[in-house]
Amino acid sequence: MAHIETFLLAKAEKDEAEKLKSIRVKKELELEFDLGNLLASDRNAVNLRDFRAQKKEDYLRALARDNTQLLVNELWKMPSERVEGVVVAKLPEPTTRLPREKPVPKPRPPTKWEQFAKLKGIQKKKKTNLVWDEAHKEWRRRWGYKRANDNTKDWLVEVPETADPDEDQFAKRAHAKRERVAKNELNRLRNIARAHKLKVPGAAAAAPSRNELARAEQVAKVSTASVGKFQERLPKEKAPRNRGKKRAFQPNIGDFSTERQQQLELLKVIASKKPRMDVTKAVNKQMREEDMEAASKKRKGAGRKGRKGGSAPRGKAKGKAKAKGQGPPAGKSRQVRKGLGKR
Amino acid sequence: MNLFTFCFIRKNITRPFEDQTSLEFFSKKTDCSLFLFGSHNKKRPNNLVFGRMFDFHVLDMIELGIEKFVSLSDIKSPKCAEGTKPLLIFAGEAFDTDSEYKRLRSVFIDFFRGQTVPAVRLAGLEHVLHFTALEGKIYLRSYKVLLKKSGCRTPRIELEEIGPSFDFVLRRTHLASDDLSKTAHKLPKALKPKKKKNISHDTFGTKLGRLHMQKQNLAKLKTRKMKGLRKRRGETIQGEEEDSAKKAKVE
Repeated sequence: MAHIETFLLAKAEKDEAEKLKSIRVKKELELEFDLGNLLASDRNAVNLRDFRAQKKEDYLRALARDNTQLLVNELWKMPSERVEGVVVAKLPEPTTRLPREKPVPKPRPPTKWEQFAKLKGIQKKKKTNLVWDEAHKEWRRRWGYKRANDNTKDWLVEVPETADPDEDQFAKRAHAKRERVAKNELNRLRNIARAHKLKVPGAAAAAPSRNELARAEQVAKVSTASVGKFQERLPKEKAPRNRGKKRAFQPNIGDFSTERQQQLELLKVIASKKPRMDVTKAVNKQMREEDMEAASKKRKGAGRKGRKGGSAPRGKAKGKAKAKGQGPPAGKSRQVRKGLGKR
Repeated sequence: MNLFTFCFIRKNITRPFEDQTSLEFFSKKTDCSLFLFGSHNKKRPNNLVFGRMFDFHVLDMIELGIEKFVSLSDIKSPKCAEGTKPLLIFAGEAFDTDSEYKRLRSVFIDFFRGQTVPAVRLAGLEHVLHFTALEGKIYLRSYKVLLKKSGCRTPRIELEEIGPSFDFVLRRTHLASDDLSKTAHKLPKALKPKKKKNISHDTFGTKLGRLHMQKQNLAKLKTRKMKGLRKRRGETIQGEEEDSAKKAKVE
């Protein structure tokens, strides 16, 4: 009987050993693990003789297999849980110190009150969490929900002698509270804005350009009761151009003879059957056409390497000009070209 | 393409070890702090420069020459999915003794570790990158992990080579100065481990705590009743009688 027992025990032990044999790896020095990074460091010296004896790849693969087995053993020791039907192991924080990408962010700058307190040397006094409320005869929190000494929650408010009897005292208190809350919020936002302005030193607020300034100065000068008439000028400043009248009209009663002359000419023009011609306009038009002609001839001539003389395009342009109708008859324009200038 | 990498298509003629301005410019443009620069010339054939930045200025640069290379396509075997977090293993004494190798290990960890995750799917650990430092060379091998049944919960590992394999030779290095390295490794206050008050550990590793009590009147302290230690009435009276008797005799 005893033999069977010992035999069974021995067998059980052997089986256990067999089970663990497949995952056990013998190493001289323990590996260092950083499971947060799934990292293992093997400090054991590599056996050079083995390395040279075997094929390199096989040796490296065997080494890798052993090390991976050890790392996996460690990972399987971590606490695991089931997330959406998948077994997941919780990893600890990575222990290897790696350098940061960007420098540590600067702490926020002190608020207006904090600056003042520092200047005056005011220390922060630690306050108790609860305050004794005499009206309710119990301990209540200092601020927040159901706080002690909340005057907005009074059910009876005496109207003071100096106050208007029609004034709603409850509303007055509620209003005051709302004002305080709004002021606090405003100051908080202002502190944040000030902090952010410092943190991000952007370009200086776009100063107005030279032109904008000049325009602003002009407008300001004219925006007086006397429309800028008595505004002094700087020593080197130029006098402003005539910004008064846009259209110059002849006086109603002026030179009678010139007026009569003008009226008669007007009548003549109305009566005549010939169309009127503005010489400068006509001349300019003709000149422009001839320039365009020359330009197109040049381009085409360059393109075709002067093969075609360019007689054809020339003819086209001329034809166009005549066809317009408004253009002068060829002969007359040629004659007038000699005498250019204003009428 | 990977979300986390930015690959430049055109060739840029840069000399990282001489002029770092173009590298810093690219880093700022793409908001990347790790870079890998490959080049080939007669003097330095098959050159790779692994580098990392701090605040868009070069922190470390390590130049490695490729002596032997087997690409992904050369090894015909099924690969694992792109983007899996790899297991990293560094073998060889050099990674712990030589300062340059230590930096190299740190750079490799930065490059290959992927995202930091709080938990990992155990069945999804497929990829292993194994770095061996041996005889002045660094061997990088990439394997796929096969989890085989073993008798117990932890599986037996079998490896299958998949990915590219490199035989590196360490060439030039440009390591950051000590104080720059220190600034880069600085932890912000929020991340430092918080110290718990009134708890201390002595040299043996036992945890000790401190309790703060109010003043107690030791005379009126109420302890446990120990009936056995109480003075018995009978005993005291006997003692007194004996004494008085003795005195009487003498007189």
